[in-house]
Amino acid sequence: MPGLASLVLADARFPGGGHVHSGGLEEAVSRGLVSSVDSLEGFLLGRLRTAGLVAAAFAAASVPVSAHCPSSGTSHSRPPLTCDDADVTRSRFAELDAELEARTPSAAQREASRAQGRGTLRAVRAAWPSPVLDDLVAVHPRPHHPLLVGAVCGVAGEPPGEAARCVAYLAVSGPASAAVRLLGLDPFAVNAVLVRLGPALESVVAEAVSAAGAPSSDLPAPGAPVLDLMAQAHVDQHRGRLRLFAS
Amino acid sequence: MSGDHTHQHGPTGQHGHGHLVSFDPTESEPDHHAAPPAQGRALRIGIGGPVGSGKTALVAALARSLGERVRLAVVTNDIYTTEDADFLRRNAVLPPERVEAVQTGCCPHTAIRDDITANLDAIDTLEERFASRDGQGLELVLVESGGDNLTAVFSRGLVDAQIFVVDVAGGDKVPRKGGPGVTTADLLVINKTDLAPLVGADMDVMTGDARRIRGELPVITQSLVEDPSAGEVGAWVLDRLATRVAA
Ligand SMILES: Nc1nc2c(ncn2[C@@H]2O[C@H](COP(=O)(O)OP(=O)(O)O)[C@@H](O)[C@H]2O)c(=O)[nH]1
Ligand SMILES: [Mg+2]
Repeated sequence: MPGLASLVLADARFPGGGHVHSGGLEEAVSRGLVSSVDSLEGFLLGRLRTAGLVAAAFAAASVPVSAHCPSSGTSHSRPPLTCDDADVTRSRFAELDAELEARTPSAAQREASRAQGRGTLRAVRAAWPSPVLDDLVAVHPRPHHPLLVGAVCGVAGEPPGEAARCVAYLAVSGPASAAVRLLGLDPFAVNAVLVRLGPALESVVAEAVSAAGAPSSDLPAPGAPVLDLMAQAHVDQHRGRLRLFAS
Repeated sequence: MSGDHTHQHGPTGQHGHGHLVSFDPTESEPDHHAAPPAQGRALRIGIGGPVGSGKTALVAALARSLGERVRLAVVTNDIYTTEDADFLRRNAVLPPERVEAVQTGCCPHTAIRDDITANLDAIDTLEERFASRDGQGLELVLVESGGDNLTAVFSRGLVDAQIFVVDVAGGDKVPRKGGPGVTTADLLVINKTDLAPLVGADMDVMTGDARRIRGELPVITQSLVEDPSAGEVGAWVLDRLATRVAA
């Protein structure tokens, strides 16, 4: 049941601050690791299966379920994240926040995720006002982006799979558009790469949804040390010079 | 009947809220979208215009001439991020804590118009920094756009008023070309008048075209070489501040 929320949040025109993040692509380009459509495809696939999967699983796990949330009815073995009980919702969000922090070893990437969560929050507050957002903000004023996307999709009545697909897609669409801008790659070729990632994207979504029912400590934790290191280098070494993207 | 109707509302045909035409057949309420008074936060003035027209030089001049009287801070959007911020800091025009640079992801116009998140975050950072420091808060935030083309204007969600800076060296046909910056900015500045004889620009043509296109909206011609304090623009800014306080 795809809905408007996951479409709006995945839209490149959504005003949540995503366009200033390249998902590590700017650093990869400046090191000569990505310079063509082919090398971009490899970069995106790696990012999808690591950072993309983690984000997708946490987005799916953050979709609230309850009688008052239209998305109820999905069967989950995990403790339900309800819309009714603020305490239950908050402690579940707190758990997910801590688990996602632990899966994001680079401080620069944690900051990029919170920056996008904060920007998205500002935009969604106007569109989907809900106490669930207050519960998320009570845990941290700058919520991680995947948690916020999950919460909003839930509020809008979408199932966990849509939240997962939204953030998994953003994990690759952001760097893809940054590549068009930084390298002047043929936009049709880059768009075709994104579409070719379709099957990989669907398997990430399926894995995220099935994992989302587990206790949050068991959510997937694939590592991408090169992306972690490059994200940190992008901020540390480029501070104060020639940096067009925040991450 | 329509003729009589127009006359009842005076020569401008204005109803109370300035709505000349409604395209919504169901609308019956007066326009509730009056500009918010925005008290309790700093006045935000955007400074836009093409690359090299003198935006940073104007910001520096205003910081120098108003800095003693007005609690101000600056957000810069230069495409190479910290060049402008460094210039302002290096020239000791503004202490570093009063300048925030944002990354615009290769899209300076997006960052001031379509997705203003990065700029709002920078303004929030500055406001919080000074609110907590001396409890007095900021009175004025100047937001310098990255150099862009004639179509780039600031979102009303980001700034309260905007100045568009063009320069004489860009040719005396620039105002005639129009575009939303030249046409609608609250103040048009035609900079570098000292260069007019050198580039064969006719100031009468420039100001004449600008006034014709802009109607009642003000135009200031200046040379920062001849008046490094940007006196006229400074007076305009002080007037905006005074109007707002009185409102
Ligand atoms: N001759 C002259 N040069 C100016 C004037 N204002 C700025 N400049 C110079 O024009 C260049 C570009 O100015 P800058 O403020 O960096 O432009 P920006 O790209 O719009 O920020 C710099 O070398 C300035 O010193 C002026 O009124 N007259
Ligand atoms: Mg500048």
